[in-house]
Amino acid sequence: MASRTQAAGERNIETAYKESPAAKRGRSVWNGIKRDRYLYLLALPGMVFFLLFKYVPMWGILISFQNYSPYQGMWASQWVGFEHYIRFFSNPDFLILFRNTMAINLLSLIFFFPLPILLSVMMNELRGAKFRKTIQSIVYLPHFLSWVIIVGITFLLLSTGEGIINQLLAAAGLGKIDFLTNPNYFWGLLTVQSIWKDAGWGTVLFLAAMASIDPQLNEAAKIDGAGRFRQIWHITLPGIRSVVIILLILRIGHIMDVGFEQVFLMMNGAVSDVADVFDTYVYRLGIKQGQLSFSTAVGVFKSIVGLILVIGANKLAKKFGEDGVY
Amino acid sequence: MVEHKGDRTFNVVNMLLLTVIGLVTLFPMYYVLVVSFTDPSEFIRNKATLFPQKWSLDSYRYLLSTDAFIRAIGNSAFLATVGTALSLLVTSCLSYALSRRRLQGRRFILLLILLTTLFNPGIIPPYLLIRDLHLINSIWSLILPVLTSGWYVLLMKGFFDSIPPSLEEAARIDGCNDIGVWWRIILPLSLPSLAAFGLFYAVAYWNTFFTALLYINDFNKQPLQVLLQNMLIDSSTASGGTAAAEMTAEQQIPAETLKMAAVVIATVPILMVYPFLQKHFAKGAMVGSVKE
Repeated sequence: MASRTQAAGERNIETAYKESPAAKRGRSVWNGIKRDRYLYLLALPGMVFFLLFKYVPMWGILISFQNYSPYQGMWASQWVGFEHYIRFFSNPDFLILFRNTMAINLLSLIFFFPLPILLSVMMNELRGAKFRKTIQSIVYLPHFLSWVIIVGITFLLLSTGEGIINQLLAAAGLGKIDFLTNPNYFWGLLTVQSIWKDAGWGTVLFLAAMASIDPQLNEAAKIDGAGRFRQIWHITLPGIRSVVIILLILRIGHIMDVGFEQVFLMMNGAVSDVADVFDTYVYRLGIKQGQLSFSTAVGVFKSIVGLILVIGANKLAKKFGEDGVY
Repeated sequence: MVEHKGDRTFNVVNMLLLTVIGLVTLFPMYYVLVVSFTDPSEFIRNKATLFPQKWSLDSYRYLLSTDAFIRAIGNSAFLATVGTALSLLVTSCLSYALSRRRLQGRRFILLLILLTTLFNPGIIPPYLLIRDLHLINSIWSLILPVLTSGWYVLLMKGFFDSIPPSLEEAARIDGCNDIGVWWRIILPLSLPSLAAFGLFYAVAYWNTFFTALLYINDFNKQPLQVLLQNMLIDSSTASGGTAAAEMTAEQQIPAETLKMAAVVIATVPILMVYPFLQKHFAKGAMVGSVKE
C-alpha cells in the first residue's frame, strides 16, 4: 500500500511539471523498474534460463532449411529450403513412424485411459480409511520408478531364457512365448507397462474431484433407494465429468508424443519396424548418424503438428464449456 | 444406518478386486527383491524361485564394491541434491517475481514462458546448444537445461498469488526489500508447496536418463540410470554392456541377481522420500499431470 500511494504522489508531481504524456510514461516505466529492481534481480536467473535454453534453440530450427555442417557453422552452411522436409514426407519411414505413433497412442487411449477412472471409482467406494490408504500407496508407487528400472523388471519377468513367466509356462507344459522379440506383442507390451506404471497415479486427480462431491447427494440418493451402482452412475461419474473431458482432450492433443525412454529401451532389432517413433528416429539419425539438418526437420514437423493439436484440443475443451488449460 | 445386503456384497467384492490389483502391482517388485537376495548358488541351480531357501547379501556386497556403481550413485546423488536445490531456487525466485502484479512487463514475460510449454524445438537444437556451450560430458549438462520448466513456474506462481499482499506490506514497513520479503516471508510460508516441488524435482533428477544419453559419453560421468541401462538392458539383448561385462566377469554371481540388486539399490532413495511425497500428492498430481 505504501508504495502505491507513493507512486500516486509522484504522478501528481509529474502533472504539476506538465511533462508530455509520452515522456511521463517513459519516466513512470523507468521509476517502476527502479522501484522493483530487486524483483527483477530475483527474476533474472530464471529469465536467463528461458532465453538461453528455450529460446536460443528455437533459432536452431533454421538448420532444418540448411545442409548444416558442424565445421562450417550455421552462418556458412548452405541453404536448401524445404528439401529435408520433402525428403522426409516422400520417405517410406515417415508412414512407418506415423503408424507406430498412432497405434501406440490409440491403444493407450482405449485401454489405458478408462482404467484410472474405474480404479478411482473403486477406491472412492472403499469404506475403511486404512485399507484405502494402503491401496493408494501401492498403486501410486510405480509412477516414481524410472523407465530403465521398469524395462529391466520387464526383462526379468518376460525374457525367454530366465524370465519367470516363461519358466512357469514351460513348467505347465506350455511353450515359451517370445514376448520381447515378437513384433506382434510390442505395442501391447508397451500398453501393459504404461498401465502398471501410471494407471494408479492417474487416479489422483479423479479422487480429488470425487472428494469435492457433496456427500449429502449420496445420502439423499440412498434414502430414495438408489443402490451403489446407481449412485456411482448418477452422482460420482457426473462429479468428475469435467476432469475426464479435460484429460481426454489433453491426451488427444498429445497424440504425436510417445515417451522416448520407454520405446528406446524396449526397442531391439527384432521389433524395430513396429517400435520406431519420431523421437527415436530423430535420436538415431541425428545424434548417432550425424544427419543433423534432416533430423531437425523431422523434429520440427512433429512439434508443429503437436502445437496445432494442443491448441485445437484446448479450443475443443472450451467448446465443451470447460476452462481449458491455456 | 443399517447397511443393505447388496451393499455388503458390493464392499466385499470391491475390496477383493482391489486387493488383487494391489498384489498384481506389488508382484514384480516383490520378485525383484527376492531375486536380489537369493543366494547366488541357489539361483544358478534353481533359476527362478518365489521363496528362496537361502538368503544372501552377496550380490549387494559385490555390487557396492565396484567403483563403477559407486561412482554412478555419486553422480546421481549430486544431481538429486545440487540440481534440486538450484531448481527450487531459480523456480521460486522467478515465480515470486512474476506473482507481484506491479512488476512491469509481467504479462509479456508470462506469455514468453507459456509459449515454451506449447512448442519445443525438438532434440537436435538443444543438443547443438549444449555442444556450443562446451557442456558435453559435463554433469552440468544434466542440470542446467532442466533447471526449471514453464509448467513449474506457472504452477508455483499460482501458489504465490494466493499469499495476501498485506504480509508483504508489513515486512516492507519493517525495512525489507523485495529479496528480504521473498526470503523471510514468502519462502517460509510456502514451505509445504516448496517441499512438493522439491520432491518431484529430486525424483526427476534421480531418474535422469535421456539427457545423459544425449550429453554424456564419458563412462565415469554417467548417472546411475545409464549404468543400469548398460547392466540391465544392453547386456540382455545384444551387445553386452561394458558395465555388466565388467561386473559379471568373475562369474561367481549370476547376472540376474546382480541386476536386481542394482534395481533395488536404485529404488531405495525413492522409497525413502515416498512417505513425504505422499503427503503432497494432491499438489504433486497437479505438478505431474500438466507437465507431460
